[in-house]
Amino acid sequence: MKAWKRQGRGDRVRYVAVLERPEASVLRGLMGQVEQMLTGRGAESPDDELAALTGIRTGPSTPPDDPVLARLLPDFASSAEEDAGELSAALRSVREPELIEAKQAAIATVLATCPPGGGRVELAPSQAEEWLAAVNDVRLALGVALEVTEDMPEQLPADDPRADHLPVYHWLTWLQDSLVTTLTA
Amino acid sequence: MYSASGAAARLRSVPPPVVLSAPAEPEVDERTEAEVDEATLADTPWQTIVWNDPVNLMSYVTYVFQKLFGYDKAKATALMLDVHHKGRATVSSGSREKVEGDVARLHAAGLWATMQRAS
Repeated sequence: MKAWKRQGRGDRVRYVAVLERPEASVLRGLMGQVEQMLTGRGAESPDDELAALTGIRTGPSTPPDDPVLARLLPDFASSAEEDAGELSAALRSVREPELIEAKQAAIATVLATCPPGGGRVELAPSQAEEWLAAVNDVRLALGVALEVTEDMPEQLPADDPRADHLPVYHWLTWLQDSLVTTLTA
Repeated sequence: MYSASGAAARLRSVPPPVVLSAPAEPEVDERTEAEVDEATLADTPWQTIVWNDPVNLMSYVTYVFQKLFGYDKAKATALMLDVHHKGRATVSSGSREKVEGDVARLHAAGLWATMQRAS
């Protein structure tokens, strides 16, 4: 793909890029994986009687065991706080369901606007913001899976099991950076 | 934070699917019970802290600070650089409810944020 471009004016501003078929396929595949993980986590929510009566949903009070989900759904309180555990547990159960929903909505926007076979992607400003968030979440997930560091090289030695996947991470980095740059230009 | 220098505009080949979910080591819960008197702490201001991480892009973090807090580009960039160089920065402060909401919005954007009482 080439860099994102801004087209139109005012209410008609659109952010446009053309994805090649393999690019669309990889992007949608990763979005689908993160979506599934979030859905699985969402299903862990305790459906207690109070929630059924009041309609107020509560999520789990403990962080996910899975390191990718733990990065996507972090604790609220800094460990510097004396009562960090208690505070994080309370805020997680209140806040996590809507956080999962926001991330799922962003992924849904990417899946709705990125043609499965590749091609033109045309985004309204609010959709472009959702793309940024969803692509960032996928990069965070890959970052955990590939143990990405700040000084990650462009390529890893061929015998490194992560070598095949690193180009995907770098490509998503480029896609996101290009979209931020175009949005803020 | 990550700079986009190693980024590639073209994805040359489709690699085999990467497995994102892996069984995690069981976590050791080191939390301690702490009794907190909410009444005496109610007036203490809270701070929103953003922590450095190896994935979030410098350009994206600056954008998020502008978007969520309405900071101008200079202030957002300075805060981003603080996170990058010092490992953390206080990006907003106020009542517990306000800071809780700020942390939630930062989490939705994928930044690593926590809240704490102002010292």
